[in-house]
Amino acid sequence: MSLKIVVLAKQVPDTRNVGKDAMTPEGTVNRAALPAIFNPEDLNALEQALRLKESHPGTTVHLLTMGPPRATEIIREGLYRGADGGVLLTDRAFAGADTLATSYALSQAIKKMGMPDIVLCGRQAIDGDTAQVGPQVAQKLDLNQVTYVTNVDSVADGKITLTRSIDGGIERVEAPLPILLTVNGNAAPCRPRNAKLVMKFKRATAPMERPADGNIPYAEEYEKKPWLTVSQWSVADVDGDLQQCGLSGSPTKVKAVQNIVFKAKESKHLTGSDNDVESLVKELLDSHTIG
Amino acid sequence: MNNVFVYCEIDKFTVEEVSFELLTKGRKLANELGVQLEAIAAGSGITGKVEKDILSYGVDKLHVFDGEGLYPYTSKPHTSILVNLFKKEQPQICLMGATVIGRDLGPRVSSSLTSGLTADCTALEIGDYDDRKSGKHYEGLLYQIRPAFGGNIVATIVNPDNRPQMATVRSGVMKAEKVAEYYNGEIVYHEVAEFVPDTDYVVKVLERHVEKASNNLKGAPIIVAGGYGVGSKEGFDLLRKLAEELHGEVGASRAAVDAGFCDHSLQIGQTGVTVRPKVYIACGISGAIQHVAGMKESGIVISINTDPEAPINQIADYVITGSVEEVVPKFIKSYKANSK
Repeated sequence: MSLKIVVLAKQVPDTRNVGKDAMTPEGTVNRAALPAIFNPEDLNALEQALRLKESHPGTTVHLLTMGPPRATEIIREGLYRGADGGVLLTDRAFAGADTLATSYALSQAIKKMGMPDIVLCGRQAIDGDTAQVGPQVAQKLDLNQVTYVTNVDSVADGKITLTRSIDGGIERVEAPLPILLTVNGNAAPCRPRNAKLVMKFKRATAPMERPADGNIPYAEEYEKKPWLTVSQWSVADVDGDLQQCGLSGSPTKVKAVQNIVFKAKESKHLTGSDNDVESLVKELLDSHTIG
Repeated sequence: MNNVFVYCEIDKFTVEEVSFELLTKGRKLANELGVQLEAIAAGSGITGKVEKDILSYGVDKLHVFDGEGLYPYTSKPHTSILVNLFKKEQPQICLMGATVIGRDLGPRVSSSLTSGLTADCTALEIGDYDDRKSGKHYEGLLYQIRPAFGGNIVATIVNPDNRPQMATVRSGVMKAEKVAEYYNGEIVYHEVAEFVPDTDYVVKVLERHVEKASNNLKGAPIIVAGGYGVGSKEGFDLLRKLAEELHGEVGASRAAVDAGFCDHSLQIGQTGVTVRPKVYIACGISGAIQHVAGMKESGIVISINTDPEAPINQIADYVITGSVEEVVPKFIKSYKANSK
């Protein structure tokens, strides 16, 4: 059977490689110092989708991402790997959204894309680590959900069989479609970009990425090749209720943000010399701290 | 009404430790707010097997849901239990473990009730809040405190208007303390079918393999932990040697796990295991707050790092400025020479 698949993906700051300049002297996050990347577990989700596309002829895979215009990069990365298309959900009204407001916006967009058989997304994004958006989207669309998926084993007769991680082990489950799956980082890594697809889609852009003065390079090409225009939807396009979007749709508020200042201890400073290490080990042994 | 609720996680007939930790925290929050502590237990055949343990943490009212199909856990039936119970009981706070189950269930419930949920909190407190925009003053809110943005900041989150205020907490972060062996709380056995429609039982668990944890990080008195500065898988072998000598366990920071130096199960920190060893030897760990959140209650901290400015040095009792591959063998050698 052919499947209709939507992959939710997020562009995130690479919090794994935070350098010393990641924080400004004022204690705020210096976003410019952090590269924007495809959220790692969303790539694992994309791979599961592309595998299903290969094993089930006629299957379509579309990406959905919410973010500023530059997040179109996520859609392009998906196209380079074999996705059929993508939607950029972008609007100032979405800004400041917590997980609940985010899942509302995404679920509205999925409804507009036409209800899929499978929604796939990463277990969590590395900038928030909440793992909340997947299950919340599932609830809003009244879909079944299975989280922490490590492999899609098979899809047949409207049923899907999955392997998932649980605390201290694994579980195999069977569930009816339609369903939302969140995919774990230990699932198969995503395939690399395909050179031909990179050639085909390298100029794919969302309208908001193009110069506003109408002086668009390659304008002719965009007219001839509709696949080079990435769908771009606003709040109005997805019939979004402004009360449920962005800051106003977010029940959680940030009361305070503190930069990390460790309470300094009186620490003893040693070098790595034989003498220093030896005296430390002796001290720890004498105080029965070790041994 | 408006009480503090804790969702208890039950593995077959055993209540998970994280639930006792949350009940202990929940009891304290309830006392501070002057309300009652209520608990939820859902499973198959649990009647008579879990009640006493749960009540002993000072639970005033325990809601038991015992029915076929509630174990092993699947998302929809447990969601329906919480959502329908909460619609009646209107809790002000709901706590659950930041486990695979809690992180599957929490967001689904919060979405159904349009309430706020904060994941992986490292501290929970009660306090006031002034909303700058609306000028409104709120009393007795739950401060949900968690590291954010890759551990570079600590954020205090509040849910001013929506109830319940929901939070998940990892196992080991809070401490479990019983109130009384036989605590006199009320037990209500609910009719599951009144809460869970038949159509919820759609996900079938075909197989389950659960193994006891391959390491004993949580209970280890001595931990040798490695970070990105260890540099390689082979570098971790060196740490294993030291841990073996000291009868300790090996742990790791997220950076080391992400770099593939060691297995994910060794990760210490906000999104890993929380530990409280007597001695914590941090090898090549810079000390992002996410990591420190998982080890800050260690007795003695020894930091081995080439960078004298590494943040972890601030909380270390001993700072050795030097490389891991140079210092650790020396440590092993002098330990062998002096420990007899």
